[in-house]
Amino acid sequence: MTPRGRGGNVTTGVERRTQHKYIPATDAEREEMLRTIGAASVEELFADIPSRVRLDRPLRLPPALSDPELMAQLRAMADANVHSDRAVCFLGAGAYDHYVPSVVWHLAGRGEFLTAYTPYQAELMQGELQAGYEYQSMLCEITGMGVANASMYDGASAAAEAAVMAKDLTGRGEVLVSTAVHPEYRQVIRTYTAPLGLRVTEIPYRHGLTDLDAVARALSPRTAAIIIQHPNFFGCLEDGAACAELAHRAGALLVCAVAEPLSLGILEPPGAWGADIVAGEGQPLGNHLNFGGPYLGMLATRQEFVRRIPGRLVGATVDAEGRRGFVLTLQTREQHIRREKASSNICTNEALLALAAAIYMASLGKAGFRKVSELNLRKAAYAREAIREIPKFRLAFEVPTFNEFVVRTPLAPEEVNRRLLAAGILGGAPLGRWYPELSDAWLVCVTEQRTKAEIDRLVALLEGFR
Amino acid sequence: MYPKDLRYSSEHEWVRVEGGRVRVGITRFAADRLTDVVFVELPAAGAKVTFMQPFGVVESVKAVSDLYAPLSGTVVEVNPALVDSPEVVNSDPYGKGWMIVVQPDDLRELERLMPVDQYVVAIGEAAP
Amino acid sequence: MTPFDNAQGRPRDFPVIFDFSVPGRVGSSYPNPDVPDTPLEQLIPASQLRKEPAALPEVSELDVVRHYTRLSHRNFSIDEGFYPLGSCTMKYNPKIHEDAARLAGFARLHPYAPAEGAQGALRLICELEELLAEISGMDRVTFQPAAGAHGELTGLLMIRAYFETRGERRTKVIVPDSAHGTNPATAAMVGYQVVTVKSDARGNMDVRALREAMDGSVAAIMLTNPNTLGLFEEPILDVEEIVHRAGGQLYLDGANFNAVLGVTRPGDQGFDVMHMNLHKTFTTPHGGGGPGAGAVGVKAHLAPFLPVPVIERDGERFRLDDQRPQSIGKIRAFYGNFGNLVRAYAYIRSMGADGLRQVAETAVLNANYLLARLRSRFDLPYDRLCKHEFVLSGARQKRQHGVATRDMAKRILDYGFHAPTIYFPLIVEEAIMIEPTETESKRTLDEFADAMLAIAREAQDDPEVVKTAPHSTPVKRLDEVRAARQPDLRWKPR
Ligand SMILES: Cc1ncc(COP(=O)(O)O)c(C=O)c1O
Repeated sequence: MTPRGRGGNVTTGVERRTQHKYIPATDAEREEMLRTIGAASVEELFADIPSRVRLDRPLRLPPALSDPELMAQLRAMADANVHSDRAVCFLGAGAYDHYVPSVVWHLAGRGEFLTAYTPYQAELMQGELQAGYEYQSMLCEITGMGVANASMYDGASAAAEAAVMAKDLTGRGEVLVSTAVHPEYRQVIRTYTAPLGLRVTEIPYRHGLTDLDAVARALSPRTAAIIIQHPNFFGCLEDGAACAELAHRAGALLVCAVAEPLSLGILEPPGAWGADIVAGEGQPLGNHLNFGGPYLGMLATRQEFVRRIPGRLVGATVDAEGRRGFVLTLQTREQHIRREKASSNICTNEALLALAAAIYMASLGKAGFRKVSELNLRKAAYAREAIREIPKFRLAFEVPTFNEFVVRTPLAPEEVNRRLLAAGILGGAPLGRWYPELSDAWLVCVTEQRTKAEIDRLVALLEGFR
Repeated sequence: MYPKDLRYSSEHEWVRVEGGRVRVGITRFAADRLTDVVFVELPAAGAKVTFMQPFGVVESVKAVSDLYAPLSGTVVEVNPALVDSPEVVNSDPYGKGWMIVVQPDDLRELERLMPVDQYVVAIGEAAP
Repeated sequence: MTPFDNAQGRPRDFPVIFDFSVPGRVGSSYPNPDVPDTPLEQLIPASQLRKEPAALPEVSELDVVRHYTRLSHRNFSIDEGFYPLGSCTMKYNPKIHEDAARLAGFARLHPYAPAEGAQGALRLICELEELLAEISGMDRVTFQPAAGAHGELTGLLMIRAYFETRGERRTKVIVPDSAHGTNPATAAMVGYQVVTVKSDARGNMDVRALREAMDGSVAAIMLTNPNTLGLFEEPILDVEEIVHRAGGQLYLDGANFNAVLGVTRPGDQGFDVMHMNLHKTFTTPHGGGGPGAGAVGVKAHLAPFLPVPVIERDGERFRLDDQRPQSIGKIRAFYGNFGNLVRAYAYIRSMGADGLRQVAETAVLNANYLLARLRSRFDLPYDRLCKHEFVLSGARQKRQHGVATRDMAKRILDYGFHAPTIYFPLIVEEAIMIEPTETESKRTLDEFADAMLAIAREAQDDPEVVKTAPHSTPVKRLDEVRAARQPDLRWKPR
């Protein structure tokens, strides 16, 4: 009656069990439940697992920690990191140190949002659904696009899904990707597209911008899309309108990656100059740096492409009494219905971060969004002009930029960073690991968080590094 | 439920011969099984369709079905009303809910489709 | 629930944030520039300057606080009640994990901080890899995937790269008919043809059908174990032998790992690669649809193909290694959903080996108990011991009373519970998939069982009340057909 595999140490619901705070069942309740089931022991409930694959020993894990011990250990690990509260951050490159208003995570962190699942029962989940609808609406407003989905994993995977979407929309087999697109986005685009036979051709940059002559030469009837980033990885402002025109003349789409959506407060939005798909990173919209994740993939496109968009979409409708309500909609695009013919395999996404982004955008509002954007632009311009004046430091590219710019340094950028870190400054990203020809180049980011005094201190330190 | 003057495919499309052309839609049985149709994706006029190969898609909220061409030929007309009113596929599958008109390559292909009495048996709705 | 609902007995729309907008109102505070205010046109070309500001709402901070607080009241969460959503492992999400993930040293750490300034974070990732390798029986683990489906993509890409380096051309992936939709969708994304193999009468993969489908053109089989019926795949050793003998790879969808923690390890069952949903088994909160975190474990032969970077330990120093020529590349930027790795790490450290085993044992006990209480009133298509979840069928209620599973699910909401997963797996007619998890008390299970039994009686005695449910939610049943026919996906000024 009690089959015992090699794993004979299954606890039976009596003795040897320490009561754990996350597992309420007591020994008495276990006995009672086993009686209802008609089983003599918990062991019996595992009788269907062949003894040959049973684990015949306890897992080799460190002993369980109490809450205070756990917190102490985690705090020690956290304290071993140089974070943006401890060092003055001039580092960007796809992850940005912006001010997050207190309301954002006080609200997004509420248990009602945090501990809910995907809204499969719409009537019970109007909060999440409506927030998703508001997020989609605000994302359309800032990008100038017709329709946005409820979120993707991150900016890089959103860009990759946009490439696949362009292939499906055009029936063509090649994408042209600017080398001024974030190197990690390009890597992810290659990973996603390779098994589908979608060819990726990289377009060189010139003077910090996508080389439009090279784009024109590379375009062909096989081109599904041109993929640029704006502002690009070097912080430079691309001529998006010219790219869109080139793409459209060739019957291709223009995909615009946006790694820094706060730029859209001051820049003409991609929807206004002809982008067909906007794929980007929503981390800067109220989400913390989190050592690279969770982040927020943004995806927006033209209304007419809505049936090819991957991921969840929230739509407004009415209830049985005519009241407005929200549901997940156009779900036949998705994996749970279309399976191998779905527009993507995405299921769990980044809903909570989209909610945080909605709260962030609502808090900033029409005027605040522009103001923060302008602060980034002005402070970065001030820093750029000041660094330009330092002997032996020079700007790599003499074109307009948003909140990042590339500096050529007299010492290796890694060495610059080492010295800065000793002075409590987190320096910019050395570009040599991605661009061998830029091994002396350093990508500096200045957000609204930086003060003039901090910038002046950076400049003063750099002056001493010659 | 199932007009006598039509021919039927095993994938639940109906065909009505109109002169040298044929009009195509889906049957009441298929429309009911899908429940409320919310979207129909059809080829453009001029497209080629092939006997028993997919030519389009019909969707309800929770289901997707391919549409299969009951005849090979060229699409000469597409029902424009389905873009804004896909519900006519449910309310009037043999009338306003038609999908495409095809110029068949070979009308003899009709022989491969079922007459009504055979179709109702196939779907288990023959009168006892 | 809120003053906006049912004012004067007439339903009114709950407002969207845009409804509160008043020109000139602000909800945030930023300093004026402390740097020279050069005219903007000198900083960027006029053609690049935004002409119309983005039409974001103009609201006060209190407007924002109230609106989103009220929205939170229109949600249902584990914090509020029982969430027996099968396949989703909706267990309690400990609060201490939130404190941990929000420590400045984690939350405000830049992903490109130099490795010497990120030793604590790298240590955490590295230790979590060691813990999960032991728990799963796999050799290496990557945390780059953002969710389960993303992990599937990573796993199949590695399998594809593995066969490519061996010069083998395999074109198919086998998926059981009970599989989650992400499995076939992922196989297609990796360019594989999907072959569906049916389940047998006991709810296991049909070994004979597998044997027929398996040949040298099959790259992998994607199995879920326990499967989506909540049943352990009894012929696992046969499956393993059939697949490996034909040179294929065995992929485990680890969505249901909760059932077997510390009892059996996928690595010991012969799986070559598996994904773990940290947002299910290891209790990182689901956030209303994400973020998740997919960890992918592999056996040594697949390790060269792991996404870059891999985190390597040199004694007590940790570094990022991206010099891995055979890697599949990257499947997202940076290293993964780190915030959730902090939570999963905290969970494993607070449970320990004994605690994790109790998780599995109690999850299985709870599921079998609920099954025992419900089996008399619902059809049970596979009558076996279940693992952490089980699948009932509402076919009887549909046939006898015209009450569909969807109706019963809506009615459950009126009793104060979230509904189970419904209409999945696809092979069970009118499926009702129930997963209680180990964090629920017997009292809660009994209340839920009583509600289900009451609904079964209502279906018989008063079917209308079930068919028109829910009655007590902030909105009544929503018109999904209208939402799909006339998509309204964004707010527009009226
Ligand atoms: C069995 C199974 N496989 C795969 C997935 C996909 O996981 P995720 O939603 O994390 O992408 C899920 C969850 O939804 C699942 O239940």
